[in-house]
Amino acid sequence: MTDMPVGERQQLAPPSDDTGILGWVRKNLFSSWGNGLTTIVLIVAMVWILSGFLEWALFTANFTASTGSECRGGGACWALIREKFRYIFFGSFPYEQHWRPLFAVISMLAMLVLSADRRMWNWRLLVIWSVGSFITFLLMFGQLHIPLSLMLFVALAGGTIGLAMRSAVADPTERSAYYALIVIGLIGLALRIFGVLPSWSLAIAPLSYVETSLWGGLPVTLILATYGLLFAFPYGILLALGRRSNLPLVKGLCVGFIELIRGVPLISLLIMASVMLPLFLPSGTTIDKFLRAQVAVILFAGAYIAEVIRGGLQSLPKGQFEAADAMGLNYPQKTLLIILPQALRVVIPPLINTFIGFFKDTSLVLIIGIFDFLNTANQALVDPNWAGFPGEVYLFAAFVYFIFCYSMSRYSKYLEVELNKGTRR
Amino acid sequence: MQARLIAAAVGLAAVVLGATGPAQAGKDLDAVKARGMVNCGVGTGTAGYMIADSQGKWRGLSVDVCRAVSAAIFGDSEKVRYIPLTSQQRFTALQSGEVDMTMGNATYTLTRDTALGFDFTGVYYYDGQGFLVPKKLGVKSAKELNGATICVAPGTTTELNLADYFRTNKMTFKPVVIEKVDEIRAAFFSGRCDVYTTDASSLAATRAANVPPPQTIDDYMILPEIISKEPLGPVVRHGDNQFADIVRWALYAMIEAEEYGITSKNVDEMLKSENPSIKRILGVTPGMGKALGVDEKWVYNIVKQVGNYGESFDRNVGMGSPLKIARGQNALWTQGGLQYAPPIR
Repeated sequence: MTDMPVGERQQLAPPSDDTGILGWVRKNLFSSWGNGLTTIVLIVAMVWILSGFLEWALFTANFTASTGSECRGGGACWALIREKFRYIFFGSFPYEQHWRPLFAVISMLAMLVLSADRRMWNWRLLVIWSVGSFITFLLMFGQLHIPLSLMLFVALAGGTIGLAMRSAVADPTERSAYYALIVIGLIGLALRIFGVLPSWSLAIAPLSYVETSLWGGLPVTLILATYGLLFAFPYGILLALGRRSNLPLVKGLCVGFIELIRGVPLISLLIMASVMLPLFLPSGTTIDKFLRAQVAVILFAGAYIAEVIRGGLQSLPKGQFEAADAMGLNYPQKTLLIILPQALRVVIPPLINTFIGFFKDTSLVLIIGIFDFLNTANQALVDPNWAGFPGEVYLFAAFVYFIFCYSMSRYSKYLEVELNKGTRR
Repeated sequence: MQARLIAAAVGLAAVVLGATGPAQAGKDLDAVKARGMVNCGVGTGTAGYMIADSQGKWRGLSVDVCRAVSAAIFGDSEKVRYIPLTSQQRFTALQSGEVDMTMGNATYTLTRDTALGFDFTGVYYYDGQGFLVPKKLGVKSAKELNGATICVAPGTTTELNLADYFRTNKMTFKPVVIEKVDEIRAAFFSGRCDVYTTDASSLAATRAANVPPPQTIDDYMILPEIISKEPLGPVVRHGDNQFADIVRWALYAMIEAEEYGITSKNVDEMLKSENPSIKRILGVTPGMGKALGVDEKWVYNIVKQVGNYGESFDRNVGMGSPLKIARGQNALWTQGGLQYAPPIR
């Protein structure tokens, strides 16, 4: 019976205790006496902890109490979150206008989600961020006054950057458009400085004005993190390039700045911005506290991002630089077309790591009296009517932070796979 | 643009040279009026004194003083911009002009009143170090605390005051020194010490919020003895005496209104009162508002919209609030307390 050719032997299914759920359990959880025992101990411990938690968080929890004292004695007091969630999310923003920060948050999230899609990584990105930022700040402030000089400056900057980046590939019409922008910007600014043009500004005022001292909660956290990183990113790239520059002055400035900022904690920068800076300004001149914090976050994030990007720059083989030189590309072309695309791809995981870190670090602004998401949660704890339930509030805050940070980390994973398609076998 | 630059350069030079130019009278008040808002610095959340409620509105005893100032200047107690400041920031923000006044629960001391360039315009709350004990300890006075175990934060004046008090009264105590407030509270409520000592307002907040079930707020009491002076007052910058006057008298008006029994409920009837003092206070007999440089109905507006001192105290920190702080030193002088307003005449 054993002389049957191999291919004609009857194919038996593997033993039933080797496949399916049972097989997996056997193989992974009970493969030996020791492992089996560990599994059982851990399961018992997990059930014990989880049942305690669920008992507290679900079965004996109070969802409906109308005051804190009704809540006492039982399990978790989720009624507190029900009472306070609008404050925790939106802070002191006028209560009846909470739809404004709500839509501002939605607009910012939409902006982030859209720019997460690689198909948008071209001129569309610029449109998405311009429109999204405009909507966000219009909703938050209610009124925007865009001064003429700012518009002229944007025209000048846009023309210059466009010309620098696209001079090799642009057709004559596009190029003359950039020249036109530069000329309009330059002449306009000159006329404005000599007082020929009036200090006019475009007023867009569909809603009541809400100043930054009233902002709070999630929009503040999102704005500080998003715009902090948005501005820190190009700034960090410039610092990283400057640090590798051959010009001693540029290099020295960049190194000095990076080391100075990295050598001090973010808290000290924030305190400098909020306590020291006002003393140096003439009395009566105040710079918005929120803006000061935002600038401190940008400077700090910039230094860290610069170091991450420098890592990417240094990982490139020297041949890439030399090949670019050999092809006769000038410095902007070499950097923008050859070096940065490769360097940035390498540093995406550490960059997102930095982003996640900064999203959470923005909560440090609570020490200068800005009510970000964590600080409004803290405020909810102070209310004497509802005090005494820190666990519930912090769990809630942690849950919201987790949603944001976890989605960022999943996105980084996806991006890593997506960008490395070309190099994977 | 150029003017701004020059102003900035001049300002910088002034700071560098340490020169503070002569203050123009009334410039802060003018700025407030031009803005249509009082910029009021508040702390970042102290139960009963300054805290944003569930709808994000600022409430509390300190906040009510800002509202009274706004009511006196604008006839509307809601024209206040609250600027949350930490205790490091509160004085800088006042010096730099970011706020017009701060209510950051600052203790009135000589150095702050003089060297920092500020004026304290009064005392809206007499705070001081007190003792929190469980009722089952059976103690009615701090004098009976001989040999007690006492929880206290290290390196503070609180610790020094405690030692002084016990030495003066020839008593001994066992200190349990713990750095973090949360841990002190936990140690106290778990019975590791008999007594917890810190500022009385903070003791009241602890008692209102942190008593672990099944015990209740009624199982604990704050002893009547207060062993240190922590008067809390509104603070303004040097340089605008008229604005300082308005802040000073807005608080006095609240206290004076309580003394004459004028409340937010009966203020309209009080307008018809025959008492000459009340007629003067409420502006029925004109003169007071003019002297202060505000509307003649300034006290009426304060009392109607904010309430008198007693009402505000009761609503925010007193028996009508979860904190349940007794009036104690903050009762009117006519009732054995320290709250005393100079006459409005």
